[in-house]
Amino acid sequence: MARIIHTETITAAVKEMCIEANLFLSPDMTKAMQQATENESSTLGKKILLQLQENLEIAGKEQIPICQDTGMAVVFLEIGQEVSLNGPLLEDAVNEGVRQGYTEGYLRKSVVSDPLLRENTKDNTPAVIHTSIVAGDKIKITVAPKGFGSENMSRIFMLKPADGIDGVKQAVLQAIKDAGPNACPPIVVGVGIGGTFEKCALLAKHALTREIGVPSPLPHIAALEKELLASANQLGIGPGGLGGTQSALSVAVDTYPTHIAGLPVAVNICCHVNRHVTREL
Amino acid sequence: MTERNITVPFSKETASSLRSGDYVYLTGTIFVARDAAHKRMYEALQNHQPLPFDVNGQTIYYMGPSPAREGRPIGSAGPTTAGRMDRYTPSLLDLGLYGMIGKGKRTEEVKASIVKNGAVYFAAVGGAGALLSKCIKKSETIAYPDLGAEAILKLEVENFPVIVVIDSEGNDLYADVMASLS
Ligand code: SF4
Repeated sequence: MARIIHTETITAAVKEMCIEANLFLSPDMTKAMQQATENESSTLGKKILLQLQENLEIAGKEQIPICQDTGMAVVFLEIGQEVSLNGPLLEDAVNEGVRQGYTEGYLRKSVVSDPLLRENTKDNTPAVIHTSIVAGDKIKITVAPKGFGSENMSRIFMLKPADGIDGVKQAVLQAIKDAGPNACPPIVVGVGIGGTFEKCALLAKHALTREIGVPSPLPHIAALEKELLASANQLGIGPGGLGGTQSALSVAVDTYPTHIAGLPVAVNICCHVNRHVTREL
Repeated sequence: MTERNITVPFSKETASSLRSGDYVYLTGTIFVARDAAHKRMYEALQNHQPLPFDVNGQTIYYMGPSPAREGRPIGSAGPTTAGRMDRYTPSLLDLGLYGMIGKGKRTEEVKASIVKNGAVYFAAVGGAGALLSKCIKKSETIAYPDLGAEAILKLEVENFPVIVVIDSEGNDLYADVMASLS
């Protein structure tokens, strides 16, 4: 029998997750930032990372968002196919959660209703919602507010199959270099390879929610991630883009089958305020 | 790394004494304006209308805060990407704007205008909005309240930490870092 989930419980969860994500970094991100602080060899770079540590402490303790750009809310929903949803429409329920979270949580409203007319919606809705149907009778919700200083530095490359793995490496490093100081380094890099134009972008976005330090299950991709991270840190961009050894905290690559004629690569850049909270209902 | 404490607004002499790479703590008054406010100020200038505040000798912080909780002057308050203001910046520098605080690269045109006018571009640490919020003691909306998080604010800051990126001689710390990229 189907398990009934009321969409109002989704609203309540999304609301809390929006607030939580903007006040507390996940434990893996916090640890990665601590490690970067220990490892940084530039004096200025270390000073900046120490400031960022202090910033995280103040944010949690005093309930001031880690960053004033509390992002556009990206919400991943994995819905078990044995779930039956009751109540308001799923999308409305998610947006209501975002509305409540951003209003009651003193988060910044950064969404405009039309990309050209640019009128602020004043409640940070709508969210960008990605829904997938999976096995089981649960719902997994991931809320990942995305800041645009780093979103703006993200890129898609439609490479040729002949460009191969070297082409992929070049593309990723080019995007990281071009982002430089603008993306608030040290950055987290989500890479999608394969699929179609839009599929690889979604892979890249989702890769940003992977736990830092957990490699791809595919050995050749795990090796690529390791190499890209090392190369990124050799660039010397450093914390705040002011020089140093800690330019990137992680490179996570996700892949998907693709067409015989193509090699799409998407690079989604995220700042050190890489926010994501996951809950299962 | 040279560390300095200076008061804002600062003199032309102070502006020209700052060097790319200096770590500076600012205390005093600064103004806040980002994309929409810059667009409006620029349009006002084009239409020969007065600006909502006299930029001469002042410092503008590119920032859009999160809402303040009760009893606090401001919410999270870190820098936004300065490059989006580049189109409007030279006209403000020509009116005597001395300082800008933001994050990220500027165009060659802005750099040239900084040199011409003896100004300085500081970076605050991106993503340190909670920490920077604590250095802001007072905040007042002085123009364009309808722009919400993009309104023009006047802030009183205390030991607000910034790094000189582009100095009045045109030295550019970001460019130096990028040039040394392997
Ligand atoms: S890029 Fe990230 S850290 Fe930088 S201002 Fe935007 S959200 Fe904040």
